Amino acid sequence: MGIENHLNNTVHVTNLEWFVNWARKSSMWPLGFGLACCALEMIATFVSRYDLSRFGMEVARPSPRHADLMIVSGTASKKMIPAVRRIYEQMAEPKWVIAMGACACTGGIYKNYAVVQGIDRHLPVDVYIPGCPPRPEALLDGILQLHAKVMKEQSIRRPRLTNVKAV
Amino acid sequence: MSTQAPLTNTAREEILELNLGPHHPSTHGVFRAIVELDGEIVVNVTPHLGYLHRGFEKTCENKHYHQVIPLTERCDYMGASSNSLAYCLCVEKIIDVEAPERAQVIRVIMAELSRIFSHLFWLGTHAHDVGAMTPLFYTLREREEIMNLFELVAGGRLMPNYLRIGGLNKDLEVGFLERLKAFTDTFDERIDDYETLLTKNAIYVDRTKGVGILPLDDAIKLGASGPMVRASGLAWDIRKSQPYCGYDQYEFDIPVETGCDVYSRYLVRVQEMRQSNRILKQAIRKLPDGPIIARKAGVIFPPQEEIYTRMESLIHHFMLVVEGMKPPAGEYYQCIESPRGELGCYLISDGSSNPMRLKWRAPAFVNLESLALMSRGRFFADLIAILSSIDIVLAEVDR
Amino acid sequence: MKELLPEETIISSELFREQMVMMVKSEHILKVCEIAKNDPELAFDFLSFVAGVDRYPSTPRFEIVYQLYSIKKNHRFRIKCRLEEPTEGLPRIDSVVAVWPTADWHERETAEMFGIVFNNHPDPRKLLLPDHWKVYPLRKDFPLEGSETETPDLPQ
Repeated sequence: MGIENHLNNTVHVTNLEWFVNWARKSSMWPLGFGLACCALEMIATFVSRYDLSRFGMEVARPSPRHADLMIVSGTASKKMIPAVRRIYEQMAEPKWVIAMGACACTGGIYKNYAVVQGIDRHLPVDVYIPGCPPRPEALLDGILQLHAKVMKEQSIRRPRLTNVKAV
Repeated sequence: MSTQAPLTNTAREEILELNLGPHHPSTHGVFRAIVELDGEIVVNVTPHLGYLHRGFEKTCENKHYHQVIPLTERCDYMGASSNSLAYCLCVEKIIDVEAPERAQVIRVIMAELSRIFSHLFWLGTHAHDVGAMTPLFYTLREREEIMNLFELVAGGRLMPNYLRIGGLNKDLEVGFLERLKAFTDTFDERIDDYETLLTKNAIYVDRTKGVGILPLDDAIKLGASGPMVRASGLAWDIRKSQPYCGYDQYEFDIPVETGCDVYSRYLVRVQEMRQSNRILKQAIRKLPDGPIIARKAGVIFPPQEEIYTRMESLIHHFMLVVEGMKPPAGEYYQCIESPRGELGCYLISDGSSNPMRLKWRAPAFVNLESLALMSRGRFFADLIAILSSIDIVLAEVDR
Repeated sequence: MKELLPEETIISSELFREQMVMMVKSEHILKVCEIAKNDPELAFDFLSFVAGVDRYPSTPRFEIVYQLYSIKKNHRFRIKCRLEEPTEGLPRIDSVVAVWPTADWHERETAEMFGIVFNNHPDPRKLLLPDHWKVYPLRKDFPLEGSETETPDLPQ
């Protein structure tokens, strides 16, 4: 406003927390954790039609050490959930989780002995995206909601700490 | 003066056991294998499966026959309509009903679109695994066009859920045939584009020729089917040998190669896409008019218009939704040629409204048994190329 | 096929919707499979699958189904055999891996889902289920949703 006008609008003045949040949401690198059918729609979001790189997120890192965002897309079976927890633990703070698809949110159409009824029994989930599979636009909407959530975080005053230990 | 221990020559050689997966950057899903390596040479591969076991067969035993259709589509999520085709044909045989002509032609259209859909994704990810990143973006562009067609006719991009027992859910939308024709007209040139990128590419040929040899005898002994066995020299296609759904009325060739390696499987699948396009063009021309679902009171849903106007149709519809249909007791094994091989649905019905046993013979599960044989003695990088040439879909392998 | 087998092995055969099914005694299954593969008229060189069926509460409880196909002659056939549930231990049957190597993984899956032991199987480990589970899910008396104690989310 005031000082920015004097400097010909070349400088943006804000507080540190807003700046940190903006940096975090603008280049959040996803760990494409494609488990089942939702992975195909996640891949469709990455390529040219629904282009995730306009959000700075096309760098899908295979290694959890490099990633910020874990998009759990697909069914987490009971045999797989220890591996999911271990990978979540290997990600560095700050980290977020999106549960994509009905199976990741609540177990989906598989209410049986072999499927974990929602990964939020084991991981702290930030955004739930329902659908079987959700359209790429739905995934983009979920990611934008996550960005909005990140912008509202009090990242300096009360930093996120998660307490998930691998089994 | 330093006392140095004498250098002894007791270097030990050991086999390195490497854990591959279950989370790894190729897009084949949650596959885990213990690879025993001697330097870079693979000594043995032991797959450990089950990371996507979702209890499909047990879930089907607790659902009505119509409720099983969306579950089957999620088994092989790359070509979803083939799965529901196998299941619907099996149930229709047990209740002794045949879908009308128009429904059969549209089912063939959906099945061949699913085949192209699946092979396109395979082509993109296989090239990506071998190192070529460009084809993936092009094949996914074609897939978006096919997903538009699926969405136009059935409402779902990936899982159309369009087939019903006795026929189809509803008739084709206005504009579907024109868009399908536009797709088939341009698709042949697109396949030419992909072939220009890969077929004579020296790097691709070096990486795939002579890699992953599966001799024909071993392929049959290990139960391989589909492109795996056609690339080893056997001209076996269930659409020709035991035709279903009117496939004997279409003219198409079976692509066969004799190389038995990854390169031959690539050639077979690309040729299959061309043949599928050929079938699609014939199906568009021969699409007859008529009903799209058979009529059999008590087992098949009556058409929507009748439910609103006739009392018996309303009652039948109500009973079918609440109690489910009750086919006669018996068993049947229906197999079709899915993009991966022989997809079989073995259904035992005991006269009640839930299937007594539904066994899903998944081709990817059986084709994966030959991974160990094909990769012994090869480099580790070849193992990745071989794994992607089998074209596994983990949801089918683990069910 | 009936002429090739001695009388006492066959229990019954039937034709439903043009598909032939034959029920044999489970002790002779290996011999029957060898004849099915090696006889030049039958030539069933391709095993599509091996499946188990639980017919609880009727006895004999289990049924093993072998679906065969002959590539040369282009015909299909199904062989079934029934297994009693013994008073203690698990039901046993011979493995046909020696006849068709593809039966390997099919039998492993049937063994872990139904609790059937295949004699002479080269690698009788669990295939799809987690190693620490001790249940047989596809049996009819196992509940669909499992239980917290028997099929827990995480290994204890």
